[in-house]
Amino acid sequence: MECWDTIADYAFRSIGYGPRLLPRTDFTLCQQFTLIGSGMIWNIYFGALALCTGFILAVAVAMGKASQNPWLRKPSELFIFIFRGSPLFIQFFFAYFFFQSLKSVSPFFGPFSSAALGALIVLFLNTAAYSAQIFYGALRSIPKGDLEAADAYGMSGLPKFRRITFPTMLRLAWPGYTNEAIFLFHATTLVFFSGFPARQQGGDALYYANYFADKTFNPFVPYPIVAFYFILLTLVVIGLFGLMNRYLNRHLPQDARKKLRIRPQIIR
Amino acid sequence: MFSFCTDPSTLDSWRWMACYLTTGKHMSLYWSFGTVLLLLAITAPVALAFGFAGATAARSRIAPLRWIGKGYTAIVRGVPDIAFFLFFVIALDQAFEYLRHKVKCPGWDQPIRQGNDFIVCAEAKLPLGNAAQWLHEVYGFSLAVLTFAIVFGAFAANVLFGAMRAVPRAQIETAEAYGLNQRQTFWRILVPQMWVYALPGLSNLWMVLIKATPLLFLLGVEDIVYWARELGGTKTPQFTDYPHVDWRMWYFLFLLIFYLGFTKLSETVLDRIMLRLTHGQATSGGEAQRKAA
Repeated sequence: MECWDTIADYAFRSIGYGPRLLPRTDFTLCQQFTLIGSGMIWNIYFGALALCTGFILAVAVAMGKASQNPWLRKPSELFIFIFRGSPLFIQFFFAYFFFQSLKSVSPFFGPFSSAALGALIVLFLNTAAYSAQIFYGALRSIPKGDLEAADAYGMSGLPKFRRITFPTMLRLAWPGYTNEAIFLFHATTLVFFSGFPARQQGGDALYYANYFADKTFNPFVPYPIVAFYFILLTLVVIGLFGLMNRYLNRHLPQDARKKLRIRPQIIR
Repeated sequence: MFSFCTDPSTLDSWRWMACYLTTGKHMSLYWSFGTVLLLLAITAPVALAFGFAGATAARSRIAPLRWIGKGYTAIVRGVPDIAFFLFFVIALDQAFEYLRHKVKCPGWDQPIRQGNDFIVCAEAKLPLGNAAQWLHEVYGFSLAVLTFAIVFGAFAANVLFGAMRAVPRAQIETAEAYGLNQRQTFWRILVPQMWVYALPGLSNLWMVLIKATPLLFLLGVEDIVYWARELGGTKTPQFTDYPHVDWRMWYFLFLLIFYLGFTKLSETVLDRIMLRLTHGQATSGGEAQRKAA
């Protein structure tokens, strides 16, 4: 029964509901599980929002990079290069101090130096760049025949994009994009280690795990708990993206479908 | 550093800047770029060795060895790498101290974990309590290198395992038909041929390794991120001859540009190597080169 009390107290501690003080001594396994689980709210928040918003920008940038017009192509290439060529960790630091200095220009930029908005913007731009590269690759491998068939039917412009280019691109890019989604969720653990402050000690899963490891000098309990939660999250992501993959490939014979394959692509 | 730096408050902005950028603290910043390069230079071969061992173990015929290999290659798939970095640094440190404790203080009867403390006898401390400062720094750095090598070894094991499987089956069968035993087949046929298949993955890994170097900061090493934060912060005239407002943004912009340049350079070099290696190979890349010529 005691554990239920802990869960009731600390389940939403990471977003500011619950006791102000974290437990300081005599950590129980239940407290560690609850608080680290509560931190997962942040990971899911960052990952899910960055993924949804990043998707739209990624499609636009991928189209830009594949376009003939240098005024569209060059900026897209530069955007992809900047965000894929530098460490996310440094991007976080830079963005945090950049928003800090904007704050002194106008109070409007105040919220930007909080993790909830500032880090989300960095993750949004970062995942947009990585996904755009994946989508660009898929755009280039759309079968020539499909596009010619579209031309033969008299489609052009928006209808051609909406009915032929976009669905095929998505179908070809989906396994790679699943990979990207998984590692985006992993990358969210960097947020609270890179300048962005955890308000009232409300951080993500790794922030709490690090807190426990620092306090107990025992890394063998909190980090495996983080690992457990993230493996669970990874399985959920694979499941959801697998359903979408089935939907995207529904018109193809079984053996022509592209399988989801997890390739570690890691730190960004 | 320069002769005109004796009284910074009288200087015009260009010479002030020249003096500011050559203070002793800034020299530490420049040296820490050396730390990053040193980390890359040591980690890359060690991680490759770990990866090779892991991939070989994953292919082994002995089941427990295979499980270890498979487990090692699998750990990096579901769990954030930063969690591993934070975990291994403490875990390795405690493992070393625990082993030394067992060897050096056999008569010790108290438990090692007392509540929230990890207590070993004084002789087992690493580095010893009375050791010089540089020994502490070297120990911290080697722990970081070992952590990097373990994590990246797992990634390299993934790549090499795939590359070993990509070597055409017919090559192995031919070797067996010639009467080569398992060890000979492995060293003379499989290993020399797998590199072409491994190179794209390994060069990707190198890029990732470059981008992972700022994580040294999380492992407690005084690296470029540490110095950028230290030097960029607001300086008041009470404590320094070079007062300035918060410049951390510019320091991190500099680091960003450094990393962009470094990745661009690596990209160019790796493309060249790939071009040379695919020359004359029976792959699509080699075929494209043949057609172009």
